[in-house]
Amino acid sequence: MAAFHVTVTTGAGTPIYRQIVDQVRLAAATGALPLGQAMPSVRSLAERLLVNANTVVKAYAELVRDGVLESQQGMGFFVAQKRQVYSKAERLRRLRQAVDNFIHEAVFLDFSAEEIRKAVEEKLTELDWQTKPNGEKP
Amino acid sequence: MIATEQCGLSNHVNPTDQRESVIQVRGLTRYFGRKCAVDSVTFGVPRGSVFAFIGRNGAGKTTTIRMILGLLEPTRGSSTILGYDSTTLPPKARGRIGYMAEGHPVYGWMRVGQYAGFQRGFYHHWNQEVFASVIDYFAIDPRTRAGHLSHGQRAGLHLAMTLAIEPELLMLDDPATGLDPAARRSLLEAMIYFTRSRERTIFFSTHLLDDVERVADHVAVLDYSVLRVCCGADTFRDRVRRLIVRFRSEPPHKLPAIPGLLQVARSENELSIIVANLNEQTERDLEDIGAESVEEQPISLEDALIAHVGRQGDKSFLLK
Repeated sequence: MAAFHVTVTTGAGTPIYRQIVDQVRLAAATGALPLGQAMPSVRSLAERLLVNANTVVKAYAELVRDGVLESQQGMGFFVAQKRQVYSKAERLRRLRQAVDNFIHEAVFLDFSAEEIRKAVEEKLTELDWQTKPNGEKP
Repeated sequence: MIATEQCGLSNHVNPTDQRESVIQVRGLTRYFGRKCAVDSVTFGVPRGSVFAFIGRNGAGKTTTIRMILGLLEPTRGSSTILGYDSTTLPPKARGRIGYMAEGHPVYGWMRVGQYAGFQRGFYHHWNQEVFASVIDYFAIDPRTRAGHLSHGQRAGLHLAMTLAIEPELLMLDDPATGLDPAARRSLLEAMIYFTRSRERTIFFSTHLLDDVERVADHVAVLDYSVLRVCCGADTFRDRVRRLIVRFRSEPPHKLPAIPGLLQVARSENELSIIVANLNEQTERDLEDIGAESVEEQPISLEDALIAHVGRQGDKSFLLK
């Protein structure tokens, strides 16, 4: 577990279990958490983050349901082979929503269309560089 | 005033939760002279839960805890703890409860090491290893006189005495108040360590909501002697929502009775409201008063809890 660390903050609008889900999901998608990587046990993550173990149980359960992690009886949780749990229409809907949020923010900050495109390109290149070593690049 | 019934957050525990209650309180009431300190409080604490009892200073938390432990007679109502009536709690059952009193009082002349011998005389079970490791964890020299300990170390001493009897129920009365960040962290670690066994239960009173968010799975809010909320922490978060309601011009000054309305903050042409149990009727009620748009905004646990304390119209502890 070299690069990946979950961090949580209290007092935020996002519940702690959701913060864990979001961070693991992103790390698995970008390759920071490689396929097959063992996740910390529920107890050890709860004790490291100083949160109730049920919070971690809830986060892991959601990640298993969404296909990000898989649970192996008696062995713990592992980063799963990516499989799509959403329909094509749902994936498109989510992408549009994410793009909307991003574009609104970027436009509000007075960036030109060209600058926004460049920033997206740069980010994609950066992520490619991370996923390649794991052979996960489509 | 908003009664708990209206908020719908008064169910004692999650209805799917069939676990046995280690504490059951029924209509518990206490007067001091003519002043009502605790007013008909009813709730249950499921075995294995981490139950946060939240409220401002003077809300009646300590009085409730003392009644549950049988240290104070209720004026009306009753409570059970570990299945025994609080007023006739046998010493053997008392030995299964670790109680940390508010403010961590100590006998100043006694040395920390002597406390172990003193305390173990009252309990049939004592784990000296646990006592020594907690003392060590809080960097306390056992030869120190208790009167010379810092506030954080005094809490550490109490924690050591409480954990060494290896109780199945921890009753912590405001354990974290006045502790520095390092001691607070140690206390949280101890609480999480304690719940490694799923059969153990923690009941703690507090007004530090960061700690509640981290460790509690059940929350109860006591305010002005009355229980306002009692439910699972997740249920609570799901049910309490913040809405930004926009109007074409100035929002109406008088609002109709919206069920579950907890807090209203107004600005030029919008209202920011916090409601419990949002439903379609809420949206219709808001449209009826001329709302142009209603948008939901994320709300922190702290804001959701604070919306439940204070007489109606209070914004927060300080900004009235």
